[in-house]
Amino acid sequence: MGDSALSAGTSDGFGLLAEFETPAQIMRAARAVHDAGYVEWDCHTPFPVHGLDKAMGVKPTILPVLVFFCGLMGVSLGFLLQWFTNAASIEAWFFGIVRGYEYMISGKPMMSLPAWIPVMFETTVLFSALATVGLMLVFNGLPRLYHPLFKSKRFARVTDDRFFLVIEARDPKFDRAASLSLLETLNPISIELVES
Amino acid sequence: MSVGASTVREDRLGALAPRLFLGGGILGVAGLGSSVLIGAVGGAWDRLLFSYLAAFIFVLTVSLGALWFTLVQHMTRAGWSVVLRRLSEAIATNLTWLGVAFAPIAILVMLGKGELLYHWADTSVYDAGSEHFDEVLTKKHVFFTPTFWTIRAVFYFAVWGAATRMLFGQSVAQDASGDVSHTHRMQRYSPLFMVLYALTQTLAVVDWVMSLEPLWFSTMYGVYFFAASLCGFFSVLCVSLWLLQRSGRMQDVVTREHYQDAGKLLFGFGIVFWAYIAFSQYMLIWYANIPEETGWYITRQLGGWRMVSALLLFGHFCVPFVLLISKHTKRAKGVLAVIAGWMLFMHYIDVYWLVMPRIPADLLAQSETYRQLIDSIQESGNDLGFHPHVLDLTCLVGLGGVAIALTARRLGGCALIPIGDPRLSESITFENM
Repeated sequence: MGDSALSAGTSDGFGLLAEFETPAQIMRAARAVHDAGYVEWDCHTPFPVHGLDKAMGVKPTILPVLVFFCGLMGVSLGFLLQWFTNAASIEAWFFGIVRGYEYMISGKPMMSLPAWIPVMFETTVLFSALATVGLMLVFNGLPRLYHPLFKSKRFARVTDDRFFLVIEARDPKFDRAASLSLLETLNPISIELVES
Repeated sequence: MSVGASTVREDRLGALAPRLFLGGGILGVAGLGSSVLIGAVGGAWDRLLFSYLAAFIFVLTVSLGALWFTLVQHMTRAGWSVVLRRLSEAIATNLTWLGVAFAPIAILVMLGKGELLYHWADTSVYDAGSEHFDEVLTKKHVFFTPTFWTIRAVFYFAVWGAATRMLFGQSVAQDASGDVSHTHRMQRYSPLFMVLYALTQTLAVVDWVMSLEPLWFSTMYGVYFFAASLCGFFSVLCVSLWLLQRSGRMQDVVTREHYQDAGKLLFGFGIVFWAYIAFSQYMLIWYANIPEETGWYITRQLGGWRMVSALLLFGHFCVPFVLLISKHTKRAKGVLAVIAGWMLFMHYIDVYWLVMPRIPADLLAQSETYRQLIDSIQESGNDLGFHPHVLDLTCLVGLGGVAIALTARRLGGCALIPIGDPRLSESITFENM
C-alpha cells in the first residue's frame, strides 16, 4: 500500500478507492461504510452481488410508481387517439387545425371499445417500456462517457475479478485520514486516491 | 449464507393429516350423498349433472394446473421452487381418482343417456328422418360417438395418472435416498409429458365443456382453460402455504420470496394471461360477428349471465390486477392469501359461467335471427340456466371435500418439502432482489 502517496498533496481528488477480492469482503465493507454514516459512496462489482443493496442501505427506487403513471398515460392517449381518429367530428389543434372523422366500420358503434383495446394495450406497454428505460438512464446519470475512476489502472479489473468501494471526497463526512483508516480496517488489497 | 439440507427440519402434516382426511371425507360423503338425494327426491337429475360437471371441472383444473407447474419446474431445472414442489405434486395426484369421479358421466354417455348433458349424445340429431335432425352435427358425428369419446377420456386419465404417479413417486423416493438420479429421471420424462399434457388438456376441455354446445367452436378454448387452470392452482398454492405456515409448518423453509414468486405466477398467469386470452377470444368473435360463433356470447350477455360476465371482468381481472401488481401485496403473506382465496372463488365462477348457460332448444328452433332469439328469450322469461341451485353447492362441497381428504392422505405419508432434492438449499436461500 502506498501510504506515502496517499498522504502526499493537499487535494482530496475524487475520493478513496479500495479494492477487494471476494463478494463477502465487499459485503462486509459496504455494511461498515454504511454504518459509518457516509452517503456519497458506491460499490463496483464485476457481477450483481445479491444482498449488496441491502448492505449498502440503498433505498428502493420510485421507478415502478412513475412507470405506473406513464402506463396510465399510455392507455389514455391510446384511447384519445382512436376516439379522435375514428369517432369524433370535432376540430383540434395539432400543429395546425385538424378534424376528427367518424368512421362507420362493419355496422359497429362509433365508440367500439373492444376494437380499441389492442391499441390501448400496446400504447400502455410502449409508454411503460420507454419510461422504464428512459427514467432508468436518467436516475443512473447515463449516458456518461467519462468517470474519474477510469483514471485508476487497478479499477480496470472491475469488469473481471475485483470488487471496488469508493468513498467520494464530496461526502460531508469525508476526511482523508479518518476515511483512510476506516478503509484500512476492512482489509482491502489496495487503497488509492483517485484524481478528480 | 448457505443452509445445508441436513439442517432442515423435516416438516410433516403429522396429526393434521388424519384430521383433514376425516373432515374432508365427511364433507365429501355428505356433499355427494345429499346431491344424489336432492337429485332423486327433487327429480332434478339433469340439474345434478350440470352442477356435478361444474364441480368436477373445477377440481380437475386445479389439479391440472399443479401437474403443469411440476412439469415446468423440472423442464427448466428450477431451483427456487423446490420447497413448493411437494404441495404441487400432491395436488396433481388428484388426477388419478378424478378418473373415478368422471366415471358417472362416462357411464351415462355409454348407456345412451348422454343427451341429458350433451346435445351431441342425442342420437336423433343424426337421423335424417327426425325433426331434431341437424345436418351440421352429422359432420361431427365421427368425433362424438360415445365409444370414441370414452376411449379418449380413458387416454387422458391414463396420461395424467402416469405423469403424476411418476413425479410424486420419484420425488418421495428421493426423500429417503437423496439420490440425484431421481431428479435426472424426472427431468428426462417431463418434456414428453408436457407435450402430452398440452394435447390431453386441450382435447379434454373440448370434449367435456366446449361440446356442451356442439355447434360452437373456439380455437382459444384450450388455452383459455389452461390459463384458468393456473389461476385455480396458484390460488390453492398461496392459500395452502399460508394455512400450513399458520399451523406452524414449513416455518423456516418458505419465505416471503416464495410467496412473492407464487404471487407473480398467480398475477401473470391467473389474472393477466387469463384476461388476455379471454379478451382475444371475445374480440375476434365480436369483430367477425359470424352467427355460428356469436351465439355463445349472446347467451352470456342476457339475463342473470350479464351480471356474471361483468363480475368476471371486474372481479377476475380489473380489481385483482390493481391489487396484485405491487410487489408489496405479493410479499405480505396474509394479503396474498386473501386475494388468492378470492381468485379461487372467481375461478369457480368462471367454470360455472362456462358450463351452465344454455339456450333452450325450442326457443332456438323457432328463431331465424339472433334478434328474434333475444326477443323470444326475453318474452318467455327464460333464465338460460341462470338459477343458482343448492346442488351447485353440494356438488362443490362434495368433490372439494374428497379432494382435500385424498390430498391430505397422500401428503400425510411424506415430508411437506422434497428433503432429498439436490437444489433444496438453493430454494431455501432464494432471494428475489
